[in-house]
Formats: sequence, C-alpha cells, structure tokens
Amino acid sequence: MTLLAVSDLRASLGRRQVLRGVSFTVEEGEFVGLIGPNGAGKTTLLRAILGLSPSQGSVQIGGHERLKPREQAKIVSYLPQEREIAWPVTVERVVALGRAPHLPGFAVPGGEDQAAIQAAMARMEIESFAQRPATELSGGEQARVLIARALAQEAPLLLADEPAAGLDPAHQIALMKIFANLARDGSGVVACLHDLGLAARFCTRLIILEAGTIVADGPPRAVLTPERLRDTYGVASFLGEHEGGLIVQPFDLADHPGHGG
Amino acid sequence: MNEALRYKLVLAVLSIGVFALFLVSLATGPAAIGFADSMRALFSSDAYEIGLIMREIRLPRAILGLMVGATLGLSGAVLQGYLRNPLAEPGLLGISASASLGAVLTIYTGVSLAFPLALPMAALAGAGIAVLVVRAMAGGAGGTLSIILAGIALSAFAGAMTSLALNLSPNPFAAMEIVFWMLGSLTDRSMVHVWLAAPFMLLGWVMLALTARALDALTLGVSAASSLGVDLRRTQFLAVGGTAASVGAATAVAGAIGFIGLIVPHILRPLVGSMPSRLLPASALGGAAMLLAADILVRLIAPERDLKLGVLTAMVGAPFFLWLIWRSRRTMV
Repeated sequence: MTLLAVSDLRASLGRRQVLRGVSFTVEEGEFVGLIGPNGAGKTTLLRAILGLSPSQGSVQIGGHERLKPREQAKIVSYLPQEREIAWPVTVERVVALGRAPHLPGFAVPGGEDQAAIQAAMARMEIESFAQRPATELSGGEQARVLIARALAQEAPLLLADEPAAGLDPAHQIALMKIFANLARDGSGVVACLHDLGLAARFCTRLIILEAGTIVADGPPRAVLTPERLRDTYGVASFLGEHEGGLIVQPFDLADHPGHGG
Repeated sequence: MNEALRYKLVLAVLSIGVFALFLVSLATGPAAIGFADSMRALFSSDAYEIGLIMREIRLPRAILGLMVGATLGLSGAVLQGYLRNPLAEPGLLGISASASLGAVLTIYTGVSLAFPLALPMAALAGAGIAVLVVRAMAGGAGGTLSIILAGIALSAFAGAMTSLALNLSPNPFAAMEIVFWMLGSLTDRSMVHVWLAAPFMLLGWVMLALTARALDALTLGVSAASSLGVDLRRTQFLAVGGTAASVGAATAVAGAIGFIGLIVPHILRPLVGSMPSRLLPASALGGAAMLLAADILVRLIAPERDLKLGVLTAMVGAPFFLWLIWRSRRTMV
C-alpha cells in the first residue's frame, strides 16, 4: 500500500523558494533516507508533508488528502529535529504522550496503550530510567526517549528529522536497525540523515534533495557514487564494500565541486 | 509513593484547605461575631444585623476570593503550559492592564459614581478589546513569541493610558480612588459583583480546562504537538480567550492582583509530577487557597487601615520571583 504520495510539492520560506516541485511515493516496507546538503529543503519537505509549513501541491497520507490533525496523527508520526522537553516530567510520561492521538477526549490510557508504551521503551532501551525526569538525562538519552515517544504512536509511517544526531555509534546503529526492522514489519520510515555511511548501510532507498529538487532517487548503491557526492556535497569520498554492505566515507573537500569526474 | 495516589492526595489536601479558608474568611471581619453565630446567621433568613453582615458583606467577599484566586491560579498554569515559559502569568497578555484601564476610565470620567456597575463592565470591555488585539497580532497557529510581545506592548500602552488618566485626573479624590482601585481589593463587594463576574469566570474556566490535553503534548514543542494531532489554533483560542474571560472578570471585580498566577503553578508543579494537565486543577485550588489566605491576612494585619490585597500579594510575590530567577540561573549554569 502507498503510505505517502507527494506530487509537485512547492514551498517557500519568506521569499526563498525552498521546495521546487518535489514528487515521490513511499510504500509499506520502505526505509527511505532523505539526504542532501544543509539548506537543501529536507526539513521543510517533512514539515510540508505534515502540514506544519505552508505549501502548494498535493500530499496524500495513507491515501487521504488533508486529514484532520488527529486522524493524520494515527497514520504518521513525526520526530522533529529540535528536541524539546519543556517540563521535568518522567520518561514514561513523555513516551505516553505518543498515545495522545489514540485517546479521545479525556480518556485515560488503557491496556493497549500501556503495552505500546512499554514496547517502545524496551525498543529504545530506556526502561531503566523510566521514572526519572526526562530533563535530567543526557542529550543522547533524551533523543532516545523522544524516539520512543514516536514509536509509541504506532503509526504506519514515521518521518524523522536527523534522528541519529547526538547518539553514540552503538545507539546510532541500534536506531537504524530499529527503523529497518519497522520497515521490514511493514511500516514506512522516512529519515533525514547526514551520516552517509549509516544511510548507505541501512536504508532501502535514498533520495538526494538538492536546492529543493530531487536529483537522485533509488537504492543506495545506485544513488551513492563518488561523482554524485562530489556534485552534491562538494566532497571526495571513499566507497567500498565490507561484509556485503556498502561503506561510504567522505574524506576531503573536492577540488573542483560541480565538475564531476 | 505511587504517583497517581500522590496527585489525588495533593488535590484532596488543597480542597480541604480551600474549604477551611473559605470558612475562616466568612468568620473574619471587624464585626465581632462568634463562628457558630456567623454560620447560623448565614443560613437563616432573618434580617438582623448579623445576618445582613454575613450575607451582604462577608459571603460575597469570600466567594469572590475563591473565584478570583482560582481564576488566577488556573490561568497562570494554562499560560505557563501554553507558552512553555515558567515566567508566564495572567498579566502577561495585557488583559489585566487593559481591564484596569477600562475601570480607571469610568472612575476618571465620574461614570462609576453615577452608575457603580459601569466600572466592572468597562473593565470587561477592556479585557475584550485586549484579547482581540493580542489574537490579531499573534495571527496564525504557533506564534507564542508574538503573543508575549503583543501582550507586553499592550500592557505598556494600557499602563501609559492609565497614567494619563491619573495625570489629568480632575481632582485629588478621583486620583486617590484610581490608585486605590488599582491596588486590588475585595473590600465592600456585593453579590451583584458575584453575579456579574461569575458567568465570565465559569466560561473562562471551561475554556481553560479544555486545553489540558494539548498542553501535555506541547511539552514536546509546537511541531511535535501538532504532529500528535493538537489543533494549535483551537488551543490558542481557548488559552487566550479563557484567560481574557476569567481574568478580565476577576480584574473587573477585584482590581489587578499580581503574582498569584505566577507563584501558585510554580509551587505546585513538582507536587503533580510537572504534567501541565494535572497542574490545572491543582493550581486552581492553590490559587483559591492563596487568595483567600491573603484576603484573611489583610483583615487581620491591619483591620483599621484597609490594607490592599494586591499590595500584600506583591510584597510576598516579588521576593519569590527573585528567588525563582536566582534558582533558574543556578540550574542554567
């Protein structure tokens, strides 16, 4: 089933046109890495899909256009780049906020909600500090708590904006595996990523966004070439194989960005 | 202790406190009436002096103390949650200042002498205009910063116009009356004031209470809350409109009483696990308790001098505010 269908999406921030007609679809089972240099429009694309930023064009989520906020929240969860926890509430309560779309009016969380909360905390390995105030945790721990919040929402589509930033290597890899598993279980995941190595290793598909347009879309091995990385990012990169996986490591600035070779 | 149990305990203790302070407020006043006599007189229909004092003077004062306090506590908790700013308080939106300006204008023009109810009505109108201005300035869904800035500008303007009224006041008595009114007080209020303010306060409370779930989600920021299905426009309408209705009505009958809306949510937040939704009922009860206590104190400290309620709350509140800044600076380092 098509979870997300974006067609000719355009958006502006002030006078600057940030998205210039972006079209793509996300099917069940896909883990899409959204990559591209700073300012390419990755965050704006996610926000426009969610209706958080004004845009023109068509966005269909789960086959529906312009859903009510609550109905949309049942289909798509969002992990914003800014990690905000305003009050010193416990980790478990933060994760429980992910159940909000499933609780009408003043309903209290039931057994199903508790199960989702516990499962999300177990997945992100944060049960040991479930009762601690989330504001007292380290940045990486807070990031994991907020990811667990998005997982507890149990929406078939997850949009994550730089979810791996600030995590140590072990938790970065663990997170990518969790997203890959979600996709394998039939969800769709779209994540903005800056770590090309992680993107190459775990995503089923990569989309390169540059200056508001999609310049490449396909499996990692097709999308990530030294020439394209030089054109897009202006870097020289090492690409290799290790244990059946693609290794990508930018190592220097390209001498003549824009002149592929 | 179990978190849910502790929350219920906090609410129970606060409820008992409010009830006790309400009775003490009824029993406090210049007329020396025994507690048992005063309660008996309250519920009898005879027209003796004690019954009149109880029903016409002390009962409205106690009811207004409870309602104004609950309004300040509740709206303070909602605004802190909505703006995700622990320094937010009901006065921040410019509603108190605009309501005060409306009231002051009736004193300045002498209308309040000819028609006493014009004063609270003009104050309500001031609050209504303030909410329209703030909402227009804040515009769309998210902009909490524009709300704060619009509120500051509006407060400054209303303050300047109030000063102008004082500046040009026709005679020293009018100036004196304006100053005294602005200090905030519950002295000599009647049941008419209660009936005038109650509908607006109740409406405001309902609107504010409906923000509870959205405030919890806003803990994660505007974007995350919106992605969780929170309707930001609706939340803004309820938070700002509810504050205008309830705080406007409170200011209309009691004048500007500061710091309760700031302090009460702070004191109670750690006791309810910091959840914004849980803070709302606790803060409403806490505000009622604190205002009733303050109104009892002004009558006990200086029975002859008519010590103003707003003076007392500011005297206690301002040092607390300093302590708050000192503490937040320490945690930021």
